[in-house]
Amino acid sequence: MSSTMNPPRDSVSSIGSLVVRFAGDSGDGMQVTGDQFTAASALFGNDLATFPSYPAEIRAPAGTLAGVSAFQVHIADHDILTPGDAPTVLIAMNPAALRANVEDVVTGGSIIVNSDAFDERAVAKAGYVSDPLRDGSLAQFRVYEVPMTTLTVEACKPIGAKPRDAERSKNFFALGLVSWLYHHALEPTIEFVERRYAARPLVVQANTLALRAGWNFGETAELFESSYEIPPTTLEPGTYTNVTGNTALAWGLIAGAHQAGLSLFLGSYPITPASDILHELAKQKHFGIRTLQAEDEIAGVGAALGASFGGALGVTTTSGPGIDLKSETIGLAVSLELPLVIVDVQRGGPSTGLPTKTEQGDLLHAMYGRHGEAPVPIVAASTPSHCFAAAIEAVRIAVTYRTPVYLLSDGYLANGAEPWRLPDVATLPTIDPAFRREPNHTAPDGTPEFWPYLRDDETLARPWAIPGTPGLEHRIGGIEKQDGSGDVSYDPGNHALMVRLRAERIAGIARTIPPLELDDPGAATGSRARLLVLGWGSTYGAIAAAVRRSRARGLEVARAHLVHLNPFPSNLGEVLAEYDTVLVPETNLGQLVKLVRAAFLVDAIGLNKVEGRPFRVSEVEQAIVDLLAPLTASKEAIA
Amino acid sequence: MTTTDATTATGDTPVALTTRKDWASDQEVRWCPGCGDYSILAAVQLLLPELGVARENTVFVSGIGCAARFPYYMSTYGMHSIHGRAPAIATGLAISRPDLDVWVVSGDGDALSIGGNHLIHALRRNVDITILMFNNQIYGLTKGQYSPTSEHGKVTKSTPFGSLDTPFNPLSVAIGAEASFVARTHDMDRKHMMATLRRAHDHKGAAFVEILQNCNVFNDGAFEAITGKANREQMLVPLEHGEPIRFGPDGSKGVVLGADAQLRIEDVDAAGVDALLVHDEQRSDPSLAFMLSRLARGPFEPTPIGVFRAVERPAYGQLVDEQIAQVRERKGPGDLEALLRSATTWTVG
Repeated sequence: MSSTMNPPRDSVSSIGSLVVRFAGDSGDGMQVTGDQFTAASALFGNDLATFPSYPAEIRAPAGTLAGVSAFQVHIADHDILTPGDAPTVLIAMNPAALRANVEDVVTGGSIIVNSDAFDERAVAKAGYVSDPLRDGSLAQFRVYEVPMTTLTVEACKPIGAKPRDAERSKNFFALGLVSWLYHHALEPTIEFVERRYAARPLVVQANTLALRAGWNFGETAELFESSYEIPPTTLEPGTYTNVTGNTALAWGLIAGAHQAGLSLFLGSYPITPASDILHELAKQKHFGIRTLQAEDEIAGVGAALGASFGGALGVTTTSGPGIDLKSETIGLAVSLELPLVIVDVQRGGPSTGLPTKTEQGDLLHAMYGRHGEAPVPIVAASTPSHCFAAAIEAVRIAVTYRTPVYLLSDGYLANGAEPWRLPDVATLPTIDPAFRREPNHTAPDGTPEFWPYLRDDETLARPWAIPGTPGLEHRIGGIEKQDGSGDVSYDPGNHALMVRLRAERIAGIARTIPPLELDDPGAATGSRARLLVLGWGSTYGAIAAAVRRSRARGLEVARAHLVHLNPFPSNLGEVLAEYDTVLVPETNLGQLVKLVRAAFLVDAIGLNKVEGRPFRVSEVEQAIVDLLAPLTASKEAIA
Repeated sequence: MTTTDATTATGDTPVALTTRKDWASDQEVRWCPGCGDYSILAAVQLLLPELGVARENTVFVSGIGCAARFPYYMSTYGMHSIHGRAPAIATGLAISRPDLDVWVVSGDGDALSIGGNHLIHALRRNVDITILMFNNQIYGLTKGQYSPTSEHGKVTKSTPFGSLDTPFNPLSVAIGAEASFVARTHDMDRKHMMATLRRAHDHKGAAFVEILQNCNVFNDGAFEAITGKANREQMLVPLEHGEPIRFGPDGSKGVVLGADAQLRIEDVDAAGVDALLVHDEQRSDPSLAFMLSRLARGPFEPTPIGVFRAVERPAYGQLVDEQIAQVRERKGPGDLEALLRSATTWTVG
């Protein structure tokens, strides 16, 4: 990239990919630093994926392991699918950040530490018995000790910043240094600093000076043997933006409402890691979006359902604990047969669990977490940018079938970012709310009347007639209703019919779901793989990358990823039947695996991880290798 | 396609003349014979034709309980929802459809026990809804357990040795929750009910009306001492805006604000008319309304009825729409294409 700040280098190496992790105290600005490094990489044209990780506490005690906040970014000259298994470079702003992250760094990787932070007290506070910079415990890494605090304070002297204030800019020093190391221009970051801290000129100056000082340090200190360049990725032509899952999901809801010609109503209650969807939608009021920060989770979904009754697109956003509270209202929505989108950004459970960490723990709750026979369709997003399309699909199902729909995301997708090729807005699907305007039934005396539960033959959806429509006044409720008229009915035969109709209606959605896409290169030529890896949700990246790597080492493995969890795509049973072994990686103790075993009597095997962290590619790859070894051995024996 | 509000407001179209019959649904009313709910239903069905609103623009939302069956008996739009949640559901409906006339029908258990949180927040936000709380001081639908308004020591199936709870005073709760309209009426006086409900309906914002209602099966005669025909004159204290608060035969008794900042009931002859407290429902400070709500310790002492408080405050839905209009003025209408490009973008190829 051309830049006035890029003097010629003595030694530049070109590398294919890089995984950097910035780690420091939660007050050290690591998320901002990571975001800016990411933005610069995106602008340069690299493919990337990010993984922020921060403590649940806003400011856990400084210098402790509990307070460490980190941001990992994977950038590459080729398309990548995950934020990387292990950092090749770790920037550790203090001993706690080093201790919490050093285990993950690849052998031979680089560790850049703020050596000023390694005094005796801080080293002890992090739980080290001896100074790791002195005791040889880091021998397998290349360690660069940089007195970042001192250099930052020194750099800020010309503007008269007090040392205590100047010190706060040390994250920008680190960013400047890493930017030099990987040939990132500083201008985008300087522009960002000027925008973000516009009201505080001294902070703009301090951060800019620290950033440049970091760059210059890299340039002049001769500490590093080489700097590196990651050539731009060859991405599909188009316009790209860098997007997190929560932002893409919020935009998808806006697009879905727009494509249905409905006004969007969000009833929500703040909860980690879903709150950013509320924040994003609250910013977009000019779309006519009404956002209500309700008194509790129950009111959030209740208000959304009330808005849907009035003809809006009712949406509620939450995470696990909120889902528990909303369950009764979701059951009401099942009974009322009104559109409603319930976004569950899953996090580690049970109870408060791990608020800031990811888990796919709510699939069975979404599937079964209501009393009575209360089927709800489920759509799950696979990647941060896929949250956009998944949200539109959830809206389509909710509106077309007059049903609550679960849209599952998780903490990993919510906060992770990736470049997204912007879709052509003109090609987005149109959704028809088909409001009923006329009576749909004739009373015995010939009077036209409206029957709220007289269903569409094709979809079994009931008519959506909204208040304000003359002649269609009707009452609906949670009590069982007479088929057709919707009057209260306790008739046993009618109840059986209604339970079955509700189930049939949801099952019938499968007719509008595209068949499951199978990735099995051998299938076309009749040499199908014997192992299928089946995933859903945020395991997409790790599975796809693991399958790619397995194939690169000569293994035959097929892959498929579910977006619709209820109902399943109609060909899922056939696909599963084609494989000797089905592996289902999930960040839970085995939820999809139970569903497919129950539905298809397939002896699927789970690969399960519940550490509040996504799968590493290597973990899935190892499982594939382990499963294929006996299969391959038996094949060879037969041959 | 553009995003539109799903409204079909009739605007200034005159509303066709209707009668009570037009507002009754074809469903058989299934409350116990003799239940106070019948007279409330009649009062509402008689009132609605007089309000100048169209049936199609009227919605009744309820939770669970005997009172919650109310929407089924109205020929309007209606939703019989789940226990306690009607104010939350009505909030979403009223905010997204400011053109509608939204009523919430609730009971003492529904509104003050399981749904207490939604009630207080709907009131503080001043959502444009009219909340009718039928207070019979008992759980009827579940067959006779004590409620959050039952008197201390109440012997019921769930409290065979007497309840230990201090009851809620519904009007004190509503006033404490920043309600802009608070009133009380009772099921034995249709005229008073209709007048009070009309005021509640006409109020912009959240209106809360406690209707003392007799449950003749599980708590018969709970309000007889104050609402019984023979007792009313002595025991009900009518509140009239701008008038001295007095009651009893020939207005012989009145309410006086003492120097000790306490309200007390005195003989008008002794205290003098000028000493009586003049009712001001529009007083911005809610303290006097709060004190009036606590004049009686229960339905065995002289009890004020009528409008306690009616102050003007913008309805929540109106504020929401004004904010949207302001943001639109500043940013222009929402544009999906522009939204997707609102962060940094780059082009490949």
